[in-house]
Amino acid sequence: MIDVITIFVLAIFIGFEVITKVPPTLHTPLMSGSNAISGIAIVGAIISTQAGGSIGTWLGLIAIIFATINVVGGFLVTDRMLKMFKRK
Amino acid sequence: MIYMNLFYVLAGVLFILGLKKLSHPKTARNGNLTASIGMLIAIVVTLVTFGNLDFRMIAIGMIIGSIIGAFFAIKVQMTEMPQMVAIFNGFGGGASALVAAADFLKNAQHLMNGDMIMVGSFEISPIFYGAVVAFSIFVGTLTFTGSFVAFGKLQGFISGQPVVFMGQKILNAVMALVIIVSIVMMAVPGSIDLNLLFIIIVVVSAFLGITLTIPIGGADMPVVISLLNSYSGIAAAATGFVLLNQGLIISGALVGASGLILTNIMCKGMNRSLANVIFGAVGGVVEGAAAAIQKLNIKSYSTEEAAMIFDAADKIIIVPGYGLAVAQAQHAAREIADFLESKGKKVLYAIHPVAGRMPGHMNVLLAEANVPYELLKDLDEINPEFEDCDVALVLGANDVVNPAARHDKSSPIYGMPILNVDKSRTVIINKRTMNPGFAGIQNELFGFDNSIMVFGDAKVMLTQLLADLKDL
Repeated sequence: MIDVITIFVLAIFIGFEVITKVPPTLHTPLMSGSNAISGIAIVGAIISTQAGGSIGTWLGLIAIIFATINVVGGFLVTDRMLKMFKRK
Repeated sequence: MIYMNLFYVLAGVLFILGLKKLSHPKTARNGNLTASIGMLIAIVVTLVTFGNLDFRMIAIGMIIGSIIGAFFAIKVQMTEMPQMVAIFNGFGGGASALVAAADFLKNAQHLMNGDMIMVGSFEISPIFYGAVVAFSIFVGTLTFTGSFVAFGKLQGFISGQPVVFMGQKILNAVMALVIIVSIVMMAVPGSIDLNLLFIIIVVVSAFLGITLTIPIGGADMPVVISLLNSYSGIAAAATGFVLLNQGLIISGALVGASGLILTNIMCKGMNRSLANVIFGAVGGVVEGAAAAIQKLNIKSYSTEEAAMIFDAADKIIIVPGYGLAVAQAQHAAREIADFLESKGKKVLYAIHPVAGRMPGHMNVLLAEANVPYELLKDLDEINPEFEDCDVALVLGANDVVNPAARHDKSSPIYGMPILNVDKSRTVIINKRTMNPGFAGIQNELFGFDNSIMVFGDAKVMLTQLLADLKDL
């Protein structure tokens, strides 16, 4: 239990350190990219299909669809945006 | 199981490296790829480690989700990026809530009996489990409905104006209280049926997401989207605590932190506290605004006259705002800039942190129009440049260039850092009409001696201006 809380707190600190260095020009890709990362819920969604047969499985299916939209859409659209940033 | 967590840590490391590479446009694209590899690792490890998975269900879900996600990602226009991010936030929050809900339904009986809850190979106290599962469902559901309201506002399905009604704050306070009590009751079950409590949490959270987002007006959207982004991360982390899954906890924490930082930057850009943005409901009609319009001495020029001013200028700063996005005028602006540069003039772009409807909105639009990112200057960099600037061209921006923010203590935007366009020799302002900006306040800049208005749709105006410039 303490382990996961430790991980959580440290990850927040790393997040603050890393993300404050992102320049304003890239704030939109940062949002869509971090959005894709929050699609990590897909891992939980996959695990929830274990429930088997019950209403839980159906919730799991919808969760997989939602999370996959997030992951696939998020990474693709971020790439599409970042491709456009060019130097002189 | 131990190996599984090592792979989750690896995925987390790749996410962090990916975000780190976002600190420069040169490495950013590679960073996005790095993060997506992290995601792939997390998914594959989950698929191979957990037994008893319903692979048919997983395949169906992933195929449907991939098609929808890819369709949105390829089709969306750059001007629509805020609503795209809003809706994706919603899906992320929704997914977290659903996962937590599915897990709750699996364990509801044990929770009601006060038994220890089995999570993987760990025995978890029902108090801890009950609290985190309830919290997770709450944040996820709130993010889901809040994001859809934000999407609706940005897409124009719902009024972009703040929607306020009698007793809104009291209603929100009551609902927040219900949620807090429900979370406690989930952790320490009394006589109440937990399934009923679960339904109460879902319904109230969903409603709270709507009532918290609906009073927030268009120009405050950058704050709301950043905040919802943060919530979607917090929801994922909370679900990580429900499942004791390190992958979810690390990633959720990263996204939560990212959203909070952006929220903070956006609030600073408006000199407002987060509480003020969420509960303030700025906008609508401010008394006295109509009277102020008449006092302004406005000079309206044609594009032909404006072209002559540009012709005589050496240094030009373009100030884009939401109006540029609405008119899809980013390419037209770039063409003007190209032409002026070909005449040996210097052209820069001034980007206010809250210009547009989400953090970095203007930067993405101008990047789409092939404007090199070195020319896009933020507030601190560009403000000294206005001192020796010949023409500041304001395209669909209003509140972010209102000098009242510097001196008028009665103005709702007093104290907001602004772009000092009025320091330029000439300010050319393009607006569609004389309607005041989002904050509902008249902009004294329009009546300044060095200000010139050129009315019309930004794209039409810029195209005409370019033609006139070429004719000179």
